[in-house]
Amino acid sequence: MADVTTTPAPPTPPSAASASKDAGSTSLTRRQAYERGRRRRSVVVATVSTVVVVGALVVLVPRAPRWDRVRQSFFDGDIFVDSFPRLLSAFWLDVQIFLWSTPLIFVLSLMVAIARNSRSPALFPVRAFAVVYTDVFRGIPVILTIFLIGFGVPGLFDSRAWSNPLIWGTVALVLSYSAYVSEVFRAGIESVHESQRAAARSLGMSANQTMAAVVLPQAMRRVVPPLMNSLVSLQKDVALISLIGPVEILRQAGIDKAKFANFTPYVAAAVIFLALTIPCTRLADWALARQRRRTGATTIA
Amino acid sequence: MSADPAPVDGNASRPKLLLRAVRKSFDATTVLDGIDLEVAEGDVITLIGASGSGKSTLLRCVNLLEPIDDGEIFLDGADIAEPGLDPDPIRRRIGMVFQSFNLFPHMSVTDNVAIGPRKVLGTSKADARRAGREMLTRLGLADRADAYPDQLSGGQQQRVAIARSLAMNPEVMLLDEITSALDPELVGEVLDVVRALKRDGMTMLIATHEMAFAREISDRVCFLHQGRILEEGAPAQIFETPTEPRTQAFLQRVIDAGRM
Repeated sequence: MADVTTTPAPPTPPSAASASKDAGSTSLTRRQAYERGRRRRSVVVATVSTVVVVGALVVLVPRAPRWDRVRQSFFDGDIFVDSFPRLLSAFWLDVQIFLWSTPLIFVLSLMVAIARNSRSPALFPVRAFAVVYTDVFRGIPVILTIFLIGFGVPGLFDSRAWSNPLIWGTVALVLSYSAYVSEVFRAGIESVHESQRAAARSLGMSANQTMAAVVLPQAMRRVVPPLMNSLVSLQKDVALISLIGPVEILRQAGIDKAKFANFTPYVAAAVIFLALTIPCTRLADWALARQRRRTGATTIA
Repeated sequence: MSADPAPVDGNASRPKLLLRAVRKSFDATTVLDGIDLEVAEGDVITLIGASGSGKSTLLRCVNLLEPIDDGEIFLDGADIAEPGLDPDPIRRRIGMVFQSFNLFPHMSVTDNVAIGPRKVLGTSKADARRAGREMLTRLGLADRADAYPDQLSGGQQQRVAIARSLAMNPEVMLLDEITSALDPELVGEVLDVVRALKRDGMTMLIATHEMAFAREISDRVCFLHQGRILEEGAPAQIFETPTEPRTQAFLQRVIDAGRM
């Protein structure tokens, strides 16, 4: 922010004190030279330490006494190639569950967050319900929620049509994750300064209009990183649904493991997960950085 | 104190804004301790006094951003502080400008100005934006209409905030120390806007630390001290011959600080 309204701090850059022994008299070019030297040194340090660590792993792990047996049961190339296509098509189910859970989580958690943020006394029951909901579902392990709902709810009905584990597994995931994500939204909503509400209300906007037009748009931007974290972890937790029946990637890997009496399918499954989660994480970082550049004070249209 | 607000200074019309025995406390701290104030249509009243004397709280109460504990606030003769009243239709008649601008950072300057009419008056987006641009042009900001608040200087931001408020076509403007967060060289451009508003006949209630400006623009000046209006009068009287010792002491401190 090179803005005129910011604090009239002395023009010393914060790094100057640590940058040089003779900070008082350094010229700009000397400081630049010094900074460049520091950058070079840190690149060297990073390279050397990476080489050392990776080298140690590559050299030391194969020297472990039973490395050969581990390699055979976890890193068998033939089994990897054989099970990979099956795992990949089973993974499609994970992706589908993820894709229809995400919007549901988004809507439910936003409703819960807004309910918790409501101030009208008439909405006390809604507020109380939202508090109980988040407390309960954040307090139970996801896997337990999946068991309880996946096995419990179908028992309520006579018809087998209601016992689809995919549906109840998804419901359990959505309920669990919405409890977490609603807290993310709530933190975002509360991070918008009260003066923003005051400005909107002073124009005559209602509480709802203020929330929709002023508070939420700002809150949403701020919660993108934690939200992406939740989504990445949801991508992995979808696999938990396998424990109540559906043959998605984790269960398929288990089947292949039994068939080959070898753990390589699990490694293949891990590779498939990483192939999705790592790009998603990078995408989130990139989106955040771009947004920060856009709203910053540097670009002027 | 008769129930009928009798005209004191020959002004026969009903006051635009009338405060009677307004009280407000936060927990144990009394912030407004019985405020009586009359603002005629087109009047410019400034509130001066030390920080914590209640100036800002008074403005926030008039805009119903803070509920008052006791007393009455009349706008055109109707008590707007009546409990249970929907504050939204009242707030749209009263504009407020804040010390820290409070622009909406996620909207362009034009959208900041257009948002009130769009949401509250139901003006179409295109019309509201067109009117917003006209308003910005009036305040000398035509070339910044597409910028975002972060990209503007403090003085420009505050002028946008005034434009945003004016877009609602308010009957009264409340200005809460609108130059206090500005660098000295940017104060003038904002005060020019306020001068123009006065020329247009806008009724204004202004809390300020700019004594020279208060003296220049006010029809009446009120000195607040510990939640009360200790002294009220024409600017020349307040600044030249204050009768209250505490007014004298306050003005002396301002002079000693080189601010007047």
